[in-house]
Amino acid sequence: MREITIPISDETIRSLKVGDPVALTGVMITGRDTAHKWLIDTFIKKTRQPQGDDLEIYEALKPLLEGGIIYHCGPVVSGLDSKQYKFVAAGPTTSIREEPYQADVMKHFDLRGVIGKGGMGPKTLKGCQEVPGVYFHAIGGAATLIAQSVTKVLGVYKLDFGVPEAMWVIEVKEFPVVVTMDAHGGSLHRVVEEQSGKVLAELLAK
Amino acid sequence: MRDLTNEILELIRRTSSDLPPDVEKSLRAAVEKEAPGSAARGALETILKNVELSRKNSSPICQDTGTPIFYVKYPAGWSTLKLKQQIRTALAEATKKSYMRPNAVDAVYGKNSGNNLGGDDFPYIHFEEVEGEELTIELMLKGGGCENVGAQYSLPDNRLGAGRDLAGVRKVVLEAVYKAQGQGCAPGILGVSIGGDRGSAYLASKEVLFRKMDESNPDPKLAALEKQLTEESNQMGIGPMGFGGKTTVLDTKITGRHRLPACYFVTVSYMCWAYRRRKMTVRGDEVTYE
Repeated sequence: MREITIPISDETIRSLKVGDPVALTGVMITGRDTAHKWLIDTFIKKTRQPQGDDLEIYEALKPLLEGGIIYHCGPVVSGLDSKQYKFVAAGPTTSIREEPYQADVMKHFDLRGVIGKGGMGPKTLKGCQEVPGVYFHAIGGAATLIAQSVTKVLGVYKLDFGVPEAMWVIEVKEFPVVVTMDAHGGSLHRVVEEQSGKVLAELLAK
Repeated sequence: MRDLTNEILELIRRTSSDLPPDVEKSLRAAVEKEAPGSAARGALETILKNVELSRKNSSPICQDTGTPIFYVKYPAGWSTLKLKQQIRTALAEATKKSYMRPNAVDAVYGKNSGNNLGGDDFPYIHFEEVEGEELTIELMLKGGGCENVGAQYSLPDNRLGAGRDLAGVRKVVLEAVYKAQGQGCAPGILGVSIGGDRGSAYLASKEVLFRKMDESNPDPKLAALEKQLTEESNQMGIGPMGFGGKTTVLDTKITGRHRLPACYFVTVSYMCWAYRRRKMTVRGDEVTYE
């Protein structure tokens, strides 16, 4: 198990290969469907005017995301009334929904990686080679266990997106993941899809 | 009429935090099939650790506490209006207690209601009057990742060479499993409905998932197809989380419906490994859970 601290250097990211188990420590941000669409529309493609506290949040996010990580996660959070936030359950959500946005978000903010489940497609894989970045796979559904790696909730942006879609700034310690897409064009998901596709073709021919 | 709000709250807590014994048993058997040191085995070991910890902490097995699907079977004398209110009150309370994530998002305006109640349509509640003295409430929590990989086929399907028979059903179900890859949190459980109209067929493909994993289908034809689909799905080698491995599907449940002469739908609901379903039974003063 490689232990890696966030922010992550280019050199460290390039040294990672598909199949490597990693324990991540540092500060990361959750972001999923609404957050990715908001980032793309407002700051990257600029098809939407910034509104309310958008620009302020953008400035606050930039240093956190540089060399950092976005976690595809919609957590269960306690302490919503008292604002003494705590992650109760926090496994990954399916990443493929961010496929249209992810590579552009990685490039714009100079992200070193994303954490999710189920893998991503060719556009993100190409983005990982260019940035450089990797895709870290967490175990889907292992929510109570993963929440134990979240030592502190440092804050939250865009809570008006709702608890699952908000961008939670969290401190993690030895957060367990596996590299399934690396910065050299390797993807476990592409390999499994190709191999299972061959078996499917044989089964359909029967 | 007795107020069941607290008992329903307990049903929700159990469903969200405590995986049913038949599902856990099946996952434990799956671990042994994966090679020591493989990513697939690691994934299943992590899954089982999480199952134990969630039970101990009364915390959600998965942060996506899913669509709450209630099936209420009641003898004469109960008010479905009151039962519905009690279910809704219990669900809002369960959300406050962090047994449930606020999951009801207005699809037009984008607002999360914050308490899992949305209009009259969220949660989904089905009521059915039954003979006898017992009232039962079954709850299934179905996460969004696995819901997204569900599929419906209209046969014949030329692309797959699938005709209007069980051989055709087999082909389209296998393709649905291939397309899902690891994205529905494999290893999954397949709920398959043959026939019906598009709407009733999707419901039926979820209802069939209330069956226990170790119970075989009373119809020998369907029992054979269930077994075959599970085995052939596993031959594809997609494996836990899509990491590659021996177990892609833990079980298959099929139900046959009636259809219009013109229609032949095959509908697949993919259930993730976090196959959360529980039942409470009310007999007189006694309430039991299974």
